[in-house]
This record gives sequence, C-alpha cells and structure tokens, in this order.
Amino acid sequence: MNKLSIINKQLPKLAVFKFASCDGCQLTLLDCEDEILQLAKIVEIAHFPEATKTHIEGPYDITLIEGSITTEHDKALIQQIRASSKKLITIGACANAGGIQALKNFANIDSYKEIVYARPEYISTLATSTPISDHVHVDFELQGCPINKEQLLEVINSFVLEKVPCIKSHSVCIECKMKNNVCVSVAHGKPCLGPVTHAGCGAICPSYNRGCYGCYGPKETPDPSALTSWWEKHLNTRKETIKGLLSNFNCAAEAFKKTWKKYDE
Amino acid sequence: MSEEKEIKVKVGTKSRTIHVDYLARVEGEGSLYIRTNQNKVEELTLKIFEPPRFFEALLRGRSHTDAPDITSRICGICPVAYQMSAVCALEEGLGINIPEYIHQLRRLLYCGEWIESHTLHIFMLHAPDFLHYADMVQMSKEHPDIVNMGLRIKKAGNEIIKNLGGRQIHPINVKVGGFYKIPSEKELTSLIPILTEALRMCKQSMYWINTLTFPNFDRSYEYVSIYNDNEYPISRGRIVSSSGLNITAGEFLSHFEEQQVHYSTALHCMMKGKGAYLVGPMARYNLCRDKLSTSTLQLLDEIQFEKACTNPFRSIIIRMAEVYYAIEEAIRIISTFKDYSMSPSIEYKIKEMTCHAVTEAPRGLLFHKYQINSDGNITNANIIPPTSQNQRTIENDLYKIASDDKSLSDDQLRYKCEVAIRNYDPCISCSAHFLNLERKKM
Repeated sequence: MNKLSIINKQLPKLAVFKFASCDGCQLTLLDCEDEILQLAKIVEIAHFPEATKTHIEGPYDITLIEGSITTEHDKALIQQIRASSKKLITIGACANAGGIQALKNFANIDSYKEIVYARPEYISTLATSTPISDHVHVDFELQGCPINKEQLLEVINSFVLEKVPCIKSHSVCIECKMKNNVCVSVAHGKPCLGPVTHAGCGAICPSYNRGCYGCYGPKETPDPSALTSWWEKHLNTRKETIKGLLSNFNCAAEAFKKTWKKYDE
Repeated sequence: MSEEKEIKVKVGTKSRTIHVDYLARVEGEGSLYIRTNQNKVEELTLKIFEPPRFFEALLRGRSHTDAPDITSRICGICPVAYQMSAVCALEEGLGINIPEYIHQLRRLLYCGEWIESHTLHIFMLHAPDFLHYADMVQMSKEHPDIVNMGLRIKKAGNEIIKNLGGRQIHPINVKVGGFYKIPSEKELTSLIPILTEALRMCKQSMYWINTLTFPNFDRSYEYVSIYNDNEYPISRGRIVSSSGLNITAGEFLSHFEEQQVHYSTALHCMMKGKGAYLVGPMARYNLCRDKLSTSTLQLLDEIQFEKACTNPFRSIIIRMAEVYYAIEEAIRIISTFKDYSMSPSIEYKIKEMTCHAVTEAPRGLLFHKYQINSDGNITNANIIPPTSQNQRTIENDLYKIASDDKSLSDDQLRYKCEVAIRNYDPCISCSAHFLNLERKKM
C-alpha cells in the first residue's frame, strides 16, 4: 500500500543549498554509495548544484541547508529559500551553530580580513557567522561536523514518510559505553567532551584513544561547566586546553560558548 | 555608445556575452563571465563568490595541535590533504623524524582520499559532461554498470579513510607526531578484498573512459608538482616545474606569490616571472610519469594514452590512472605492513619556529606555512590550496576556447566552458580564501 501510494504520488522535491561551509555535509549525501541511486527513486533531486545541472524551481518539499550566514546576500537568500520550502532541515555545525568560522564573532573582523587579504576592501562580509535558526524557522537540526551518513538518510526518509526522525539526543558518552570502550578520561586522564556532546558519530574519538572534541555540538541539556571543573580538579587540565576544546566547530553554540568564555582571559 | 554599436552591426561583426551564474557539479560557489566583441575576448572572469571563512586568521593564537583538525574543515572533499600538509609542516619545524611505518600508514590514508576524491570527480561530476547527462543519477539509467563500478571504487577509497582515519569526512586519527591509534592487522587486512575488487573495476572503467570523445585542445603549460626519486609523489619530495624549478617547500614563497583580484574571494597564486601554472593530476603525470607502477603504465599503454598529455579534457584518464595506482599502492602498503605493535606517535618538544610543507592533494599542490611561539601556539598561518594555483590557468583555457571556437552557439560555448572548468576539478571552498558564465552581448 505504502509503496503504491509513493508511486502514484509525485515524488517529494528535495533541494540542497550551501552557505559558508566546507561542503562536507552535502558530500555526505554523495558518500551514500550504497543508497544514493535508491534515494533518487524516493525523492526528486530538484536542486543540488554540487551533484547536478538540473534545476527545478521550488517550492520544495524538503530543503537541506549546509553552511552559516556570513554575507548580506546570504541573509536575504535564506529568507527566499525558507519561503519556497515546506520543510527546512539544517545539516552540520555551520548551519546549526555558525561553524568554526563563527570564531570571528568574537574577534575584530577588519583585522581578520587584513590577515587573509591584501585588499580587504574587495571583501564584503558580515561581522558574524550565524546559524540558520537565527534567521528563519528551522524544522529539524541534524548536528555534526560532519553529519553522520546513516542519520542523514534517517532524517530524509522520515520527512518523506512524514514521521519524526529517530535521532537520539543523548551524549557521545552513552555511545561510548555501549561500545564497551575504556573511558579515556577516567583511565587515561584525557579531557573528553563525550559527556556533554550530542551522540551520532558513534564515539569515534574515544575508540581511537583520543578525547572527544565536541564536533557534534552540545547534547540536550548539557552542563559543560561541571565537566570542565572536574577536568581542572582531577586531570589538571590547563585553561587554554579547555578553551581550545570548547571553542572549535561549535564555538558559538550557547552551552559551549558560555563555558569557554569563562576560560577566556 | 549606441552609435558605435550601430557601426558594428553595419560591418557585420558580432559581440556577445556568456554568463553562468552558478557553476554546477563543482565543489563550492562560483560563476563565469565572458564578453566578446568581434570574436575577441574583451573580458573574462572566473568569479569565486564562496564567502570567505578566514582560516588563516582564526588559527592565530590556537595550539599547533589544532592545525590538522581545523584546517581539515577548509574542505570536506580533501580533508586528509589538509591534515597531511599541516602535520608535515609542523613536524618538519619541530624536528620530528617520522618513522617509515607511520609514513606508510599516512600514504595509505592519502591513497584513500585520492581514490575517493578522484572517483567522485570522474563518475559523478565529469563523465556526465562527455555524454551530455545532467548528473550521475541520469547517467545511471543508461550506464548502470559503469555508475555502479564508480560507486564501488569510491566506496573502497572511503573504506580506507574510515578504517584508518575513523570516518570518511574529517577523519580524527591524525596528529602531530603520528596517529592516535594504529589499526589492528585484522582491521587493515579486511580492506584487501574490497581493494582487489576495486582494482579490477578500475581497469574496466579505464577501457570505458577511453571510449569517450574528448574535444581537441592543446596549450603549453607550466606544470608544477612534487617530485621524488623513489615514488609517485604524494607527500615527500621537492617542488619541481617543467621549466626546471627545483626547490624545497621552504623556498615556495620566494618563487610563488598570491595576488588578489577584485572579482573573487579566492586569491590567485602565480609563479614569479612565469605567471600562470598548472598543478594536479596532469602536472604530476607529465613530471613524474616514470614513477607510476609498471602495471599502471601497462594499462595506459594498452589504451595508447600519450606519454605527455597537454589536453586538460583528457585529464579524466590521468585521474583514473592515479586511482588505479593508488589502489595498487594501498594493497602494497597493507600487504607489507608489519608494525602493528609500534607506538602510534613520536614524542616531541615544543620550540619557537617557522615551518613549511607541500603535499599532493587530489587537485594538486597544497602549501602550508606556520609560525609557532615557544608555547606551541600558532602566531601566523599561510595556506595555498591547489584551486588558487590553477585559477589563472583555468581562465587562460577559457580565454582560448572563447577566442578560438567562433562557430559555437552561445549554449555550446557555455557548455564547453563549464566542462573546461570541471577539467580541473576545482574545489571552490578550498580556494575562498570560486564560479558564474556571463558572455555579455554589447
């Protein structure tokens, strides 16, 4: 029945748009080597310039947004995209939190331009890198730097089937326990953001003997300060290390920002 | 102005403007603008409007140990290249001697990226051009076996990166001094059957690619790549060029300079005294062909591929040959690797220093320079990605196409220009620090 209804109905139109980003999250879609041809049977890829010359005008049923807003042009464009999207999903740390480039929100933008460009006056950019949700309503945020392939497929599938995506909101720490890893913090004294970081990667870093560096961003209701105080007390972790760990790909995510700011002298 | 225009019409001359405002099937955002008058190109700009992300600025003040993880975020398609140039530079500056077993594992990881990135470009971005398909999904309807082979080869590359690096995009296992963890023998050798199958598919794909029709195009280029007496270049060796340059990474900035153009957020890198030059598969092949494996050379001889390739439209064949080579190389490294119980990394001491490195990203030479203070924090960073280096060469190719191919319709010209840009597999996210075709009718 379900299959038939999909065949009889027009396929939902999928669009992929990019703002300031590394392309890694939309590449995740092209990295679905086993699933991409199947995916093209359940959605109509209407706009995805990295993968196709085809461009079908909106409105789109499902829109995936990668990247953060850093220019006046993009600020206006995201409004147009929202207006032509039924469901808008942000993918990755740039779209959800501003990305690594949000470090400029805490610095002097003119000095940034001068460091990179000899003629900074040619460069038009906002002083900030902001998440998509600062500008428009977002229907679902898929976290990660980069996002996880299986989670992306689950999200697309769920929106096609009009159901709630099954994306766990617990921590990397829980994933790590489920993998039976030895704790890198307790056993090896390494600062690890696993307890406050959103699950989804499969606890890769601790599985490779390194502490989590928080690339999936804050989990639901995290308390990073309690964690960093423990590091200071029990692991003698330096303030600069704590600031560095929390101020990377999700540096502007509220829970992380609030904590690393405390260590910013 | 209008009078002038009238005169032109009277003498029967043509002027036109070609404009592509968003280049498809390239990584990142760019456009192309060409204005011709009396078949002479008056203006041609390859414009990169990818918003700048200021990596060099945001690295300042951070620990040198952050460099591999942060610079990998410049590009989701070639993160390994960024990690490798970063660690090679820092290790050189800190005087860390990387043992051969760590070097071999890094070469294996880099082979994974060459396979994955080249295969993405060959099958998903470039091959559809020569058969006039909009994309790979459309191509798969008439060439399902080819597309499936492409996907399998791509996956084999990604499996290497996932196995050794932890995940395909922005792997987590590389650090200054080595790795966080050396995979087990079981984990590494599990890749052999996948790679063996991919190698077979690679050969078949090469025969298929050789049946495609490529436009005739020839230009003289200045090629630049790493050269190493002992191996096809990936991360070790000196920088050489077709006109005889032979320098270390530390001497790079004395021979090359970045220039800013008003229409682009990407800087153009030029060779001092020479101007535009070409990096990437075509440069590596033309400068280091003899370092390819015997079986790769046999495969190229079998399809009668030229020993020196000067037609960038044919670079897709070189990419396929490099994939073949990289798979063989990966099998070789895994089959001979014995050091599973060795330490994954080398201890080192921090010191104030300036360091440089170049490695061969899939798209070509990737230069990194860092200055570190006595606390081990970055005080200065300079990164020159391959697409910045190829940008002027791409513009020059387009200039030749727009000037030479007078019989082409606007649509044909636009199409040919787009394919010519994709010859270079431009990575726009990387270069912004890239495309739209405008051919303006006067």
